[in-house]
Amino acid sequence: MINLSDVLETINMIREEHLDVRTITMGISLLDCATDDNKVLCDRVYDKITKYAENLVSTGQDIEKQFGIPIVNKRVSITPISLIGGSRSPEDYVNLCKALDRAADTLGINFLGGFSSLVHKGATKADEMMIASIPEALSTTKCVCSSVNIGSTRAGINMDAVAKLGHTVKELAYLTKDNYSIGCAKFVVFANVPEDNPFMAGAFHGVGEPECVINVGVSGPGVVRAAVEKAGDCNFSELADIIKKTAFKVTRMGQLVACEASKRLNVPFGIVDLSLAPTPAVGDSVAHILEAMGLESCGAPGTTAALAMLNDAVKKGGAMASSHVGGLSGAFIPVSEDQGMIDAVNCGSLTLEKLEAMTSVCSVGLDMIAIPGDTSAETISAIIADEAAIGMINGKTTACRLIPAYGKKVGDKVEFGGLLGYAPVMPVNNFGSVKFIARGGRIPAPIHSLRN
Amino acid sequence: MKAVVTVTGKDTKGIIAKVSTLCNEFGANILEITQSVLSEYFAMVMLVDINELTQDFGSFVDSMKDLGKQNCLIIDVMHEDIFNSMHRI
Repeated sequence: MINLSDVLETINMIREEHLDVRTITMGISLLDCATDDNKVLCDRVYDKITKYAENLVSTGQDIEKQFGIPIVNKRVSITPISLIGGSRSPEDYVNLCKALDRAADTLGINFLGGFSSLVHKGATKADEMMIASIPEALSTTKCVCSSVNIGSTRAGINMDAVAKLGHTVKELAYLTKDNYSIGCAKFVVFANVPEDNPFMAGAFHGVGEPECVINVGVSGPGVVRAAVEKAGDCNFSELADIIKKTAFKVTRMGQLVACEASKRLNVPFGIVDLSLAPTPAVGDSVAHILEAMGLESCGAPGTTAALAMLNDAVKKGGAMASSHVGGLSGAFIPVSEDQGMIDAVNCGSLTLEKLEAMTSVCSVGLDMIAIPGDTSAETISAIIADEAAIGMINGKTTACRLIPAYGKKVGDKVEFGGLLGYAPVMPVNNFGSVKFIARGGRIPAPIHSLRN
Repeated sequence: MKAVVTVTGKDTKGIIAKVSTLCNEFGANILEITQSVLSEYFAMVMLVDINELTQDFGSFVDSMKDLGKQNCLIIDVMHEDIFNSMHRI
């Protein structure tokens, strides 16, 4: 028999604490679409995606109904596009991006990820063309997300790519200036990128992945916050236990949805990504969890320790609840998508430097951070390099999704709408990094990359 | 297969009658009911057998939701698997 208090707990989590499955992401390999004719390639890519993911949205809706659990996003990730896009011209990639956007539109999904390139050790001609196309491709499409991996623990950091991407981000911000430089919200620079991440903007379908796969990203900051608040003044051992138990329940729900989606779509189940992904909705904030632990405001001394504990407890609880865990798996700390983070920036307790420290103990990096539009490309590159260094040395994923909002200054506000939220423009350290970035080359892989 | 129907809202006459009538119309067999009223607040959890539903599960969920709206109640119907997976190892 089903226990009454279990029923009420689950319903309360969904109704009051914003429990949801954040995304069902179908990964599709496009390796077999490759051809040197761009027109044929665009058609093949469109046809394959729309055929494979034909029933993704309707199946997601059916599962929502069956279990009574909201599934917020249904998305698609594809093979990194530079592996199939050829090396003729950036225009080819813009055309390809438009074909992907049309496919996303046909399917009714809100984002499609994988307009990506892996250049952590060096760029091929195709990678160079793809990266050159990013500003135009992302500013002329709606649903396509792009990412570039510029470093890894095994390969070091490709500083030539880092230098170039600072300009890419600036150009993308300029081309989407009429819309708060929103193009930059669809572009992320990674170190140690996971190949099975279901979350945007960094999702892509890695080369070691099967033909087609279902990955699910769970969420639940609101549920964890409620559990922490309810726990009262307990010590950290007890608090960690409470978070683990909550993460277990949330992840089990994700696993159930993932298995059901896999069964209904007849596509193998890949992983569950155990991430705490905040939304701008009140009560669905990672910053508020940290504050519920006893910090006056997110960013106060103790924030990094609180986040480290939270991140670890979420993984420990979730790992047992799912047969395969992957993706980013940890707490996300995007500024614009988290009301608590926005408030913390506005009241002056959270700075870019503190966020950088926090990224060394959580699952991603500097995410959805609006910075002044006149920040130089070299400074953006240098921030990317700093983040990549944290990832490389600590053997973890780090990322940068910075928005140098064109024409905006510190204290201004940029509005993206929907799940992307809004963000106050944050100050950046203005001392120059020009000569440092101009050096180019590769930062060698750290000694602990030699593990064999 | 079983589903859990939860009904919450302000107490009025005939809530159980309406919900159970709809269950009958859809061919859902009521296995268990837990119900109470606390300061005019009505709460009920029903376990129903859905093996012999006359229509698909989705329409049962929608009809229950509509019934809730018409009577100022919140009615959720969820497959039992979600409770089993979240609360049992």
